[in-house]
Amino acid sequence: MHAQTLYEKLWSSHVVHQEADGTALIYIDRHLVHEVTSPQAFEGLKLAGRKPWRISSIVATADHNTPTDHWDLGIQDPVSRQQVETLDANIREVGSLAYFPFKDARQGIVHVIGPENGATLPGMTVVCGDSHTSTHGAFGCLAHGIGTSEVEHVLATQCLLQKKSKTMLVRVDGQLGRGVTAKDIVLAIIGRIGTAGGTGYAMEFGGSAIRALSMEGRMTICNMAIEAGARAGLVGVDETTIEYLKDRPFSPKGALWDKAVEYWRTLHSDEGAEFDKVVELKAEDIQPQVTWGTSPEMVTTVDGRVPDPAAVTDPVRREGMERALKYMGLEANTPITDIAVDQVFIGSCTNSRIEDLREAAAVARGRSKAANVKRVLVVPGSGLVKRQAEEEGLDKIFVAAGFEWREPGCSMCLAMNADRLEPGERCASTSNRNFEGRQGAGGRTHLVSPAMAAAAAVTGHFTDVRTLA
Amino acid sequence: MNPFTQLDGLVAPLDRANVDTDAIIPKQFLKSIKRSGFGPNAFDEWRYLDVGQPGQDNSKRLLNPDFVLNKPRYQGAQILLTRDNFGCGSSREHAPWALEDYGFRVLIGPSFADIFFNNSFKNGLLPIKLDAAEVDELFRQCEASEGYRLKVDLAAQTITRPDGKSIHFDIDPFRKECLLNGWDDIGLTLRHADKIRAFEDRRRAEHPYYYS
Repeated sequence: MHAQTLYEKLWSSHVVHQEADGTALIYIDRHLVHEVTSPQAFEGLKLAGRKPWRISSIVATADHNTPTDHWDLGIQDPVSRQQVETLDANIREVGSLAYFPFKDARQGIVHVIGPENGATLPGMTVVCGDSHTSTHGAFGCLAHGIGTSEVEHVLATQCLLQKKSKTMLVRVDGQLGRGVTAKDIVLAIIGRIGTAGGTGYAMEFGGSAIRALSMEGRMTICNMAIEAGARAGLVGVDETTIEYLKDRPFSPKGALWDKAVEYWRTLHSDEGAEFDKVVELKAEDIQPQVTWGTSPEMVTTVDGRVPDPAAVTDPVRREGMERALKYMGLEANTPITDIAVDQVFIGSCTNSRIEDLREAAAVARGRSKAANVKRVLVVPGSGLVKRQAEEEGLDKIFVAAGFEWREPGCSMCLAMNADRLEPGERCASTSNRNFEGRQGAGGRTHLVSPAMAAAAAVTGHFTDVRTLA
Repeated sequence: MNPFTQLDGLVAPLDRANVDTDAIIPKQFLKSIKRSGFGPNAFDEWRYLDVGQPGQDNSKRLLNPDFVLNKPRYQGAQILLTRDNFGCGSSREHAPWALEDYGFRVLIGPSFADIFFNNSFKNGLLPIKLDAAEVDELFRQCEASEGYRLKVDLAAQTITRPDGKSIHFDIDPFRKECLLNGWDDIGLTLRHADKIRAFEDRRRAEHPYYYS
């Protein structure tokens, strides 16, 4: 048998049927559901008189619209409340393997709760009406975002119509420097290949620097595969994966666990497997990253400067840069460390897990929010992350530094709830998108790692976290 | 889904790369639990001078006169010319819903983001990928002549310019067939229900830990 990539293994083990042009019906093992992209799908199902195919594939939670403070007051915005209540009603009617509603102890961001409950397992196909479903590929499963029509399609048929992707290997070898994290790796990758660099590919991350990462770090990287254009990110299964999954609520137990692990150990790209494209980075070359524009590919290192559009010849690209600088309120050639921030956001499906909060707390410990920073939000990814952080005393470190310790949810990553930037406000954010208006109309987002976000919070401007001893 | 066969439509040029789904339909409008009515809020932040909110009377809002789609010559456009990586970002199907509700039936650009591309076909919206040079020429011609129209023929896989030049485009045969006929994907897939059941039974036996 020829050497196979992980993607090929996952793909071929899920093909139910194939059309003449290669369009295939792919079987879906896990369907994650949240309130924003599912109401129209449930309605469509009902109008057509169809029943869900396999209820036990569904894991659901409310995350995008939920407030992060004053849970005692419920959801104040009536439109947000209606969307969350619609999910409650749909799940009540249809059923699920697990539902973590608003205020539940295990509620949280859908891409945090899947893995931490063992609902995301190697070898699965995982879908969700959310582009950051790529996160779950960190577990050696084929995971990607889908639209609402496809949510309905999966509910009704347990399958998706798909064309096979091309394969890309992003290999990062070597050892990361102190203060450099998974977030910096993935921003550096996007800076290298661009936001469309991975379009049409399943993007596998490999090499010694990836192997050395925790599951949290691998999730951060796969999370932003979509920001490089790839719907699916992947990391092969190893002991780190298996260790993480042991004894999680929905992980298999006893003899089933042993049988599962035996299979999971085969879920990596074979020696000599060929990829359609290979990109290589050296871990030692990666520095802390800060985005300066309105696309994640508009990124530089913390010791760099805002680039000058005048140096770019391609007119579409130059105009894009000029527009971005105008929106961001930045002058070309400004040192990144001269840029002051108004708000800091530590959270999102990219960076709201326990390790992220530990990294931020290590910088915040014994320091205080700078006077010019209006607000620092720390939003844990789930109720379980929140509880663990509190057991470790991280909440006390944040509160002592003048940061706000909030309830879990998507929060200011996309500002569907009340957490948002005012027009013109500038934010150091651990989220994944710096698009115009993403964190609030007119808001200006700079993407950074949790450690770099905390460093900006305590100094008032972007600061190389390595200089804070 | 409405079938798509042919279109002779007015063209509007949106001359920027990486137009993301947050720009196509901002997040505050995703709170709707309906599939329709997103058109008046398509490109909301670029199109209006104020910050839009759900439930507003959009006809009373001030339009941004500099935004290309607000120019009188592009009113009624059904074909949108775009640059690279259109539709990047989130998987929100509200983006194609908004474009379709606005009146667009065809998008032409050098590249589209994967999830957006997929979602478009499910809504009778045809995204067409052409060489960057072809797209450049369409931008030039469109901006140079008011009332610029293109003829799109899905069956023949051609775009015909006013100067008579016909441009071939590629499309997956399966997608083409679905769009031409307005087929419902779910209905098509359920024809294979026996195969799905058989696959599932096999999988349950081989990998019981995914079903516990």
